[in-house]
Amino acid sequence: MRIHFFLRALTVLSLTCWLAVGCTGSEGGSSQTSSAPAAAPSPPASPKGIGEVKNVTLTDPLEESMLVSGKAIYDMKCSGCHKLTDQRVVGPGWAGVTNRRRPEWVMNMVTNVDVMLDEDPVAQKMLEECLTRMPNQRVSIGDARALLEFMRKNDMEQVGSKDEATK
Amino acid sequence: MKNSLFTSSLVLLFVMAILLAGCTQQNAATVVEGNAAEQAYVAPGEYDEFYAFMSGGFSGQITAYGLPSGRLLKEIPVFSLCPENGYGFSEESKPMFNTSYGSVPWDDSHHIELSQTDGEFDGRWLFVNGNNTPRIARIDLTTFETVEIIEIPDVAGLHCAPFITENSEYLVSGTRFSVPIPQADVPIASFKENFKGLINYVAVAPETGEMSLAFQIEMPGFNYDLARNGKGKSHGWSFLTTYNSEQAYTLLEVNASQKDKDLLAIVNWKKAEEYYKAGRGKQRATSYYHNLIDENSGIAASTEMKTTTILNPMELPGMVYFIPVPKSPHGCDVDPTGEYIVGNGKLSADMSIYSFDKLMAAIEAKNFDGDIKGIPVLNYEAGLHGILKKPGLGPLHTEFDGKGSAYTTFFISSEVVKWDVEKLEILDRQSTFYSPGHLVIPGGETKKPFGKYLVAMNKITKDRYLPTGPELAHSAQLFDISGDKMKLILDFPTKGEPHYAQALPASLVQPNTKKFYPIENNTHPYAALGEGQAKVVKTGNEVHVYMTAIRSHLAPDNIEGINMGDVVYFHLTNLEQDWDVPHGFAIQGANNAELLVMPGQTKTLKWEPVRPGVFAFYCTDFCSALHQEMSGYVRVSPKGSDVKLMWGLNNENKDEETLREMIK
Repeated sequence: MRIHFFLRALTVLSLTCWLAVGCTGSEGGSSQTSSAPAAAPSPPASPKGIGEVKNVTLTDPLEESMLVSGKAIYDMKCSGCHKLTDQRVVGPGWAGVTNRRRPEWVMNMVTNVDVMLDEDPVAQKMLEECLTRMPNQRVSIGDARALLEFMRKNDMEQVGSKDEATK
Repeated sequence: MKNSLFTSSLVLLFVMAILLAGCTQQNAATVVEGNAAEQAYVAPGEYDEFYAFMSGGFSGQITAYGLPSGRLLKEIPVFSLCPENGYGFSEESKPMFNTSYGSVPWDDSHHIELSQTDGEFDGRWLFVNGNNTPRIARIDLTTFETVEIIEIPDVAGLHCAPFITENSEYLVSGTRFSVPIPQADVPIASFKENFKGLINYVAVAPETGEMSLAFQIEMPGFNYDLARNGKGKSHGWSFLTTYNSEQAYTLLEVNASQKDKDLLAIVNWKKAEEYYKAGRGKQRATSYYHNLIDENSGIAASTEMKTTTILNPMELPGMVYFIPVPKSPHGCDVDPTGEYIVGNGKLSADMSIYSFDKLMAAIEAKNFDGDIKGIPVLNYEAGLHGILKKPGLGPLHTEFDGKGSAYTTFFISSEVVKWDVEKLEILDRQSTFYSPGHLVIPGGETKKPFGKYLVAMNKITKDRYLPTGPELAHSAQLFDISGDKMKLILDFPTKGEPHYAQALPASLVQPNTKKFYPIENNTHPYAALGEGQAKVVKTGNEVHVYMTAIRSHLAPDNIEGINMGDVVYFHLTNLEQDWDVPHGFAIQGANNAELLVMPGQTKTLKWEPVRPGVFAFYCTDFCSALHQEMSGYVRVSPKGSDVKLMWGLNNENKDEETLREMIK
């Protein structure tokens, strides 16, 4: 019983350490957060997230070549943590993601994950739920676009609608 | 009562010893003055100015330190097994230890050589020799990992290695112990008749750094000790010291120190290369291994090579010369201009400094005092620039600051002496603690030394640190050499026994550092490039587990259907693409080691269960908040059991039939 308690305490401690390390250790971004004047009100969060992706034009029908490469990237770099259903394992399930998040937010989360986890309130809230920092999987902007296309297809298959967040 | 008396006297003795040690420490400490601490201080979060790579001697490895802080950055496994990360234990790296003697999992690493372009360090590769079972290794400085090891055939004790030429064309090496070549069952007393030496040239491919044995020069049976290659005007020549020109084969400490002078071998390697390319060498059957890691699969391939090309100086004139050098020389060092060659006679009271121009003039004028087995011996005075009179006792090694000064270690008198190369005048001397072997100045053997610091690597540590029993870490001492006088600023302990080190500006290495292996390039045949590819394949009693790791789970993490007698290979692919996120793999009762797998890599641990039951495996590198949860079980059943082969994660278990369905 005691040991159990000790282990729990250790886990909490290590969790705290880890989060602290995560914050200071990430490349870029975090220093801005810490050096910002404490009193200054933070600007309202952009639904597009933070990163290089400012505007995504969505087209229909879905583009076949992007769907193929998007699935390949999902299989290799994402499937370990994200299911295609709404089941959360390590990270949230992808079903309906394009209905909840704007395409720019999704692509910024994939390509600029450390800054997003440090500064974007929606991403931060998800970290509090999942407790594992999403790793930087070195996905290029082009590949992130292909992933987005694959998500749109997945949303049609899983929940019958897509892109609701942009409407 | 007796006991108590004994204890009291022990205590007294101990107190006295401490006081004594205290005294010497204080004496040594008085050498340090002014802002020494400030000079060696690198604030938290800031970087050192230089990388220093030190050999490990009997550890067989290499350590990377930061200068001026003396902070240990990494130990790189090279010639010795490393259970800490699985080097030499993983199926991928096992072939790295292959030699003509079978797998040799230890060696004695001595001399660091960084790759050069136009006589300056280029920060691409690092080479180091294995002294015991003659080998040369290459470390890739983008990953700080050993990627290649080549054995040198027919030599014994490859101490004199692996000295690099100014454009990394060749690594020259020589045999420390002469032996029958090729090996033969002969009386030891037939040394003079049967024993020979070899000077070896290993070519380095300019783009890839890959090593290949080009040719070997057959030499008289002396002990070839250390070497340097010419630079600038002397590019194309190698200089090698030899001791034991007496050809003693017993009690060498007396019998190999009889003559007043030994020899410096002078090799025109461009001439040797000409002969080699013209087919003037003789092919001889031999056996040696070349082991090379493929970057994309991470798998070492091992190839046995079966012939070598021998060049014989008796038949090929103008290739090798000798010149006398005072008594049992050790280090042989060439100054940044390429003009002066320093021969350190370790039992001589003076040091001989040769002039390249004079050596060339003596060769041109055939100013020879006879020959040894057809190799002309140059007149000693004819090649001499001058003598540095009574600099100290036991000169070993010399480095240069690029401002006209040389710095030599003196083993017996425990000091570093700074002297003017041109004028042969002593400028400064500082004590070291104690008995330095090699020393290093960043870039100190190149055309353009960076000066600034000097590190003396001491063989004796004694009272420098808190005692740790009979065995003490060797000590390194950092001197500031930017002024006229050398100034001791830092002591730091080192790993193993650093024989030599080289140091270069961090800016030549840091920008090229690899942070992860792109998973798209992973060509390992057992890689699972994505969790969907995780599976278990059993053929007969051979089981291959294609396992993936990502924070914070292993897939599959439940495996059943393994029977006693099965040989299980865990192939772990790290799916991460982030810097500094290795995952580890350990399983209870593994008779080898664990694995550390870098992001994007696949590595394999072989496991043969020894008893039925359920055994845990887990990630050994604290990777995330849920690292403790990153674990799994494998069930082992008695031989012949019909437990179905199944694997899975999160109760999504699969067996072979289900998998076949899924593939359809």
